[in-house]
Amino acid sequence: MKWSSRAALSLSAFLFLPSAAHADEVQVAVAANFTALIQAIAPEFEKTTGHKIVAIFGSTGKFYAQIKNGAPFEVLLAADEATPVKLEKEGAAVAGTRFTYAVGKLVLWSANPTIVDVAGEVLKTGRFRHLSIANPKLAPYGAAAVETLKALGLLDAVQSRLAQAETIVQAHQFVATGNAELGFVALSQVLKEGKLAAGSAWVVPLGLYTPIRQDAVILEKGRGKAAAEALMKYLKSDKAMAVIKSYGYGL
Amino acid sequence: MTSDDLVALRLTLALACTTTILLLLIGTPIAWWLARTRSRLKGPIAAVVALPLVLPPTVLGFYLLVILGPNGPIGELTLALGLGVLPFSFPGLVVASVFYSMPFVVQPIQNAFEAIGDRPLEAAATLRAGAIDRFFTVAVPLARPGFMSASILGFAHTVGEFGVVLMIGGNIPGKTRVISVQIYDHVEALEYAQAHWLAGGLLAFSFLVLLVLYTLNPSRRKGL
Repeated sequence: MKWSSRAALSLSAFLFLPSAAHADEVQVAVAANFTALIQAIAPEFEKTTGHKIVAIFGSTGKFYAQIKNGAPFEVLLAADEATPVKLEKEGAAVAGTRFTYAVGKLVLWSANPTIVDVAGEVLKTGRFRHLSIANPKLAPYGAAAVETLKALGLLDAVQSRLAQAETIVQAHQFVATGNAELGFVALSQVLKEGKLAAGSAWVVPLGLYTPIRQDAVILEKGRGKAAAEALMKYLKSDKAMAVIKSYGYGL
Repeated sequence: MTSDDLVALRLTLALACTTTILLLLIGTPIAWWLARTRSRLKGPIAAVVALPLVLPPTVLGFYLLVILGPNGPIGELTLALGLGVLPFSFPGLVVASVFYSMPFVVQPIQNAFEAIGDRPLEAAATLRAGAIDRFFTVAVPLARPGFMSASILGFAHTVGEFGVVLMIGGNIPGKTRVISVQIYDHVEALEYAQAHWLAGGLLAFSFLVLLVLYTLNPSRRKGL
């Protein structure tokens, strides 16, 4: 055999060597609002367990459709409670693995530091052209925003000025670019190291909307996978919970 | 179809018609210049016109969001003129669609003008036809197939527009909630029946329009 073919053959043998048993990847579907957080947690997780997180970001509604149609996700970090419950009932998720990894907090935010007052009175004055919310049909933060507006009796008044975004990330984008003077976004999107990074905000009182319990669950494709179970365990650990709290989530 | 869907349909057709008409008005002079000029700017201008062909629509939409927003150059202009900002409004969608569908209208017209060549126009000039006269009575009628293609392509492209509308539309019923976004929302919310009805209706309508236009298109080989 030519030496080059022999070299190629021996080199290719290395491709078939089993990789170290503990170094695995876990495919995680992550709700858009948790983007920054999962990126903050991933390095610690990899250091502690040796497993790597492959995160795909998007809206929980879209993930549901994809999972039902065979998407290769192993863990779902949803933005709501209803979707993981539904998946569990329909047999697409592993029973007994579901738990609440974070409780989302809704905030009325503006990129302009003078617009939103600490009591949210700006909503009543109506001195704005557009109010950005995530699509309530698809995003729990959007549904919570509509609940808040209804509770304040302002939904009809602002209806014509609502700009609906497809995800909470896009809702934040509308406000950040100034196209919507203010909008309902996730507290985690506007906090940096526990303080408001920019603009002005009103943290919506918890009584005005149903708590946004964000549940995680292992999906069928992740059944029995060590990396998936390690991730769920890590999210419950004190270290992870501290980071989650510092980003503006409740627990 | 619900009344919501009918409103979205009416909005989509209004957007497509407005965009196509605007593009025919704006694009024809550009196409004429590109077809007839020998200037060194022809290459760069043709490339800029063709840019929306290669840019992903969501990228185009995102940068339009920034440029048309209150912190962008055009947004500052519209604010100064007291017009508010263009995103989240029907005029904003028209502006975005004009950018997005420009190459689909300019290029067929440009090709049609180029295909005319110099002879018919020179002949008309020897018969004392002025430049405007030559354009309207000789060039435009001879370029009619190009105008047909441009109108059809511009119209169809705007009806199917999704990424750009998604980025700067804000999904406002009656103003920016067009059919493509409506179908997408139905699918996302797992309302598959409504999605099927809307998509099927759109398909049937588009097919009918194209069928009528291509049957009536006088560019069949008849001698000229």
